[in-house]
This record gives sequence, structure tokens and C-alpha cells, in this order.
Amino acid sequence: MNTQITIAGVTFKNPVMTASGTFGSGMEYAEFVDLNRLGAVVTKGVANVPWPGNPTPRVAEVYGGMLNAIGLQNPGIDVFLERDIPFLKQFDTKIIVNVCGRTVQDYVDVVERLGDEPAVAMLEINVSCPNVKEGAIAFGQNADALSGITREIKRHARQPVIMKLSPNVTDIAKMAKAAEEAGADALSLINTITGMKIDIHKRKFALANRTGGLSGPAIKPIAVRMVYQAARAVKIPIIGMGGIANGEDAVEFLLAGASAVSVGAMNFVDPCTTEVVLDGIEYYMRRHDVENISDLIGAVED
Amino acid sequence: MKRRVSAEVIINREIAPAIYDMWIQPVQKLPEINPGQFIGVFLKDKSLLLPRPLSICEVNADRTALRIVYRIAGAGTHEMSLRRPNDGLGYVTVLGPLGNGFPLEKGEGKRTLLIGGGIGIPPLLELAKRLKAEKQIVVGYQNCNTAGFLQRDLAQYGTVHVATEDGSVGTKGNVLDAVRQKRIEADLIYACGPMPMLRAVKAYAQEKGIPAYISLEERMACGVGACLGCVVKTNQVHHHTNVNNARICTDGPVFEADEVDI
Repeated sequence: MNTQITIAGVTFKNPVMTASGTFGSGMEYAEFVDLNRLGAVVTKGVANVPWPGNPTPRVAEVYGGMLNAIGLQNPGIDVFLERDIPFLKQFDTKIIVNVCGRTVQDYVDVVERLGDEPAVAMLEINVSCPNVKEGAIAFGQNADALSGITREIKRHARQPVIMKLSPNVTDIAKMAKAAEEAGADALSLINTITGMKIDIHKRKFALANRTGGLSGPAIKPIAVRMVYQAARAVKIPIIGMGGIANGEDAVEFLLAGASAVSVGAMNFVDPCTTEVVLDGIEYYMRRHDVENISDLIGAVED
Repeated sequence: MKRRVSAEVIINREIAPAIYDMWIQPVQKLPEINPGQFIGVFLKDKSLLLPRPLSICEVNADRTALRIVYRIAGAGTHEMSLRRPNDGLGYVTVLGPLGNGFPLEKGEGKRTLLIGGGIGIPPLLELAKRLKAEKQIVVGYQNCNTAGFLQRDLAQYGTVHVATEDGSVGTKGNVLDAVRQKRIEADLIYACGPMPMLRAVKAYAQEKGIPAYISLEERMACGVGACLGCVVKTNQVHHHTNVNNARICTDGPVFEADEVDI
């Protein structure tokens, strides 16, 4: 049984990754999960300088999922390179660093710093966080803006570039194509869907930011649909995510056209979810006599 | 590797209106637990995904069972309240212990003041049990309906003073009114309770020039320090986050009052 997949020339031992922002830099989950088993650890978004993030409350539970408005709190690239990368290097897993910024130059600064770090296999560019006022999603909701930032990042990046797309758009296929044409090596989707919760007893917003990103099993059908539409529109590989809780969910994304999958909010529900997903994929492959996992990618039929 | 574990519900009874006293026995022996640590309790209702962070009230001597005293605050704790020993719902899934807990060594041999407000009282019990010091324990309740829960348990380990907002039991007013009325002097404070109480405790400790260790709460998701959902503002740049905030779930929930901007 072969679970290896290749994205933009980088080979992963299996397609199971962690969704940015739900796994820190792996440190907190290393007590629960053997990081050596994961295809890749995708880190929490890192910016050129430390970001304090949004006021609390930053999270709220909703039916079948959660809202978050963390606001991309991160320690900045200096601490990240000194502490988080050396930690992750101890493990036999690929490192994908998620990059955030307010301006194109912010992104480029981080991308250039990471270019000197050969342990970083790929870059994932966050142009889809709904919880910060400047940058981020502003680049991800307009095809021209997405195209522009993708081109600029590709000009400076030494590693292959994954553009992380927002579901808060009318036509995901158009956004996927814009990123591909601008030179993106891969896409990841979906980021969270903008939502809101109101505490009716207090007549207050549940989140200090008023709105937040919806994640968890509640969004999975939307994510599967968008992965499918994006996969039909582009030739570059796609990393699919949105509410994945087990191997069956992961296989659904693969069949829709994803080459790899990321586990996000469900890490909070069971810290061992990534391993549960991998075990479930392997079980599915045995049960259905699938020799190569790549045979599953986009294999859904009418 | 650490994992979530199943725990059998041994006792789950209402000890005051909407306040439940639950003893659970995890399938494996618990690791060392510090007073003030908490556990994440997972629910069966799959629409309620996130763990409920609940403070550990007490641990038995051989660390095979632990006690949580919780208030029904929503659908999740309501579901917990329906668990009965020896029926199909007679177990819970838990993660923990989580967080740092109260620093016992700081209070050792000193005149300590333990302050608890409402559903912040439970973690004081294990603290009072383990703390080798002179202990004055002040607990505040809303009114005579809730007054008294855990009072007798706490009285085994120190002198207990009660305050109620309506004056129906003990001192009329809040916990600090009781501290002042009883002229309690202390070298150090440990406290857990609602934010207005903790702010008042912090101001009181500053006024007296003594340290206070306060246990905070915030809406949490992961409980293990990864999601950065439950932060508190700190006065200094925190060593882990590299910004002026700290994670309540892992850097806390107990902080020295002077460290945090509440």
C-alpha cells in the first residue's frame, strides 16, 4: 500500500497535514500525536513582526463547529525561526509554513527570510483570514488582487508556493484559476467561512470581533464542493480541508480532487485526530484494495 | 502519548440549585495533579464539539478518582448533569489535567487567604487540602439558595468565612467585605471567581502589598495551548507568545495578579 503523494515536486509520506492555526507549530500536540507519522505540519501563520491578535472572546461554539476570531496572533518570524523551526526539524515530517501579512511587502519579507531555511518544504500564503482588517482576506476575495500578490510572492519565494483560498467568494473556480495563472504551485482550501453568533440572553456578540471564521464538521459539504470545483478548474494540486474528522471524510476530499488533506478544528475535539484520519485512510485503502493513494485523487464518478 | 480517556461517573448530584457535584473514575490512574488545574469534558451530543474546561475540585488519595463541581451554564453542562452512574450515559470522556495550577510552595508556612466566588470556589478545596499553611478561607455566594456548597468540605482544612450578596448568610456583601469585616490579615492570596471579584482581589492585594495568585477563565477551544483562543493581556511581553498576552489554558489558568492586565 502506497500512501505517498507529491505536490509541486515535494514528496509527502502520506496526505495527512494540519490546518494552519489549529496545531501551533506542533509543540502542543507532540504530546498527543507522533508527528513523525504526519505527511506535513502546516504551521500557524507567521508575520514579519509579532501580532497580538484580537480581543477576547475569540472563540465560540456553534452547531457542529466553532467560530474563531484569533486575529492571527503570532510571535513574528524571528522567534519562529529560532524556536519553532528547530523544534519541527527533529521530526521526520515535512514543514509547511503559513505566511500572513498586512501588505504585500509584509508577506515578501517573511517569504525571503524563509527562503534561507532549507528545512521549510513549502510556503502556504494566507490570503483568506476573515478576522484581520488589513491584508489577508483583502487579497483573497478579488481575483486581480490574488493574482497580484501571488506573482509578487512567486518572484521572491525559494520554496513552492501554496495559495490558501477563501470560501467567502462567489466563484471559487475563478479564484483558483487566477492563482494558478499567476504562478501558484498549489492551492489549499477552504479557509473558514465568515459567521456570527449572538448571545440572545445578554444581547451581545459572542465574539469580541463580532464576526469570526466558521470551521468544523458543519462546513464540510461546502468544502468538498469547493475542492471539487477548484480541482476541475486548475491543473495544480489542491490540499483540501474543512471539518475533516476521520478517514472517511479525508477520502471524500481526495475523491473530490484533493491531493492531500488537512485536519483543522477537529484537533480541538480530539487531539489525536490527525492519526485517526491517517489510520482511517489506510483502513479504507485495505478495504477497497487501493494500492496507490494517488488513484483516489479526483476519482469521483457520476 | 497523552490521550483523551473515558471516566466512569460514580456520583453526580445537585448540591445547590443548578450546581452539580460529580466524582469520576478514569480508566487509568491519573497523573500528578496540581490544585487549580482543570480538565476538558467532552459531550456525547456531537453538535457540541468543544471540551468544557472545568476546574478540578478534589482528587482522592490514590489518584483514581476526581471531583468536579460545576454549574449548569448551557447545553453542555446540562447534558453532563443528566449522567447517572450505572446507566448507558454513566461515563464521560475527559482530557487532562490541563493548565498550571496554584503555586503551593509560595504559600507554604505563611498566613494565606483563599478567596472563592460562586462557581470559582471548587478548585480551592484541593488547594486547601494540599497547602501547608495557615488558611483563612473566604467564600462568596449570591444568596441563601446557593450559599453553603463546599463550605463544610473546606472547613476541614481552614477557617471558613461566608459572604452573601443579600446578607442571608454570613457577611452581607462580597468576599472582600467579609475580609475587611473579619479583619483577616494575610501574607498571600489565592483566588478564583468571577472577573469583577478577581479585579477587586488584585486591587486589595496591591493595597496591602501582598502577592495574589488568581485563576482566570475565558472561552476556550483546544485547551492545550495551540489555538490561542483563551488569552489574557499581560503587562510584559510573554516568553512564549512574544506579545503582551498569555494563554490561559497552558500558561495559566493561575497567574500572579500583577502579571495580568484584567
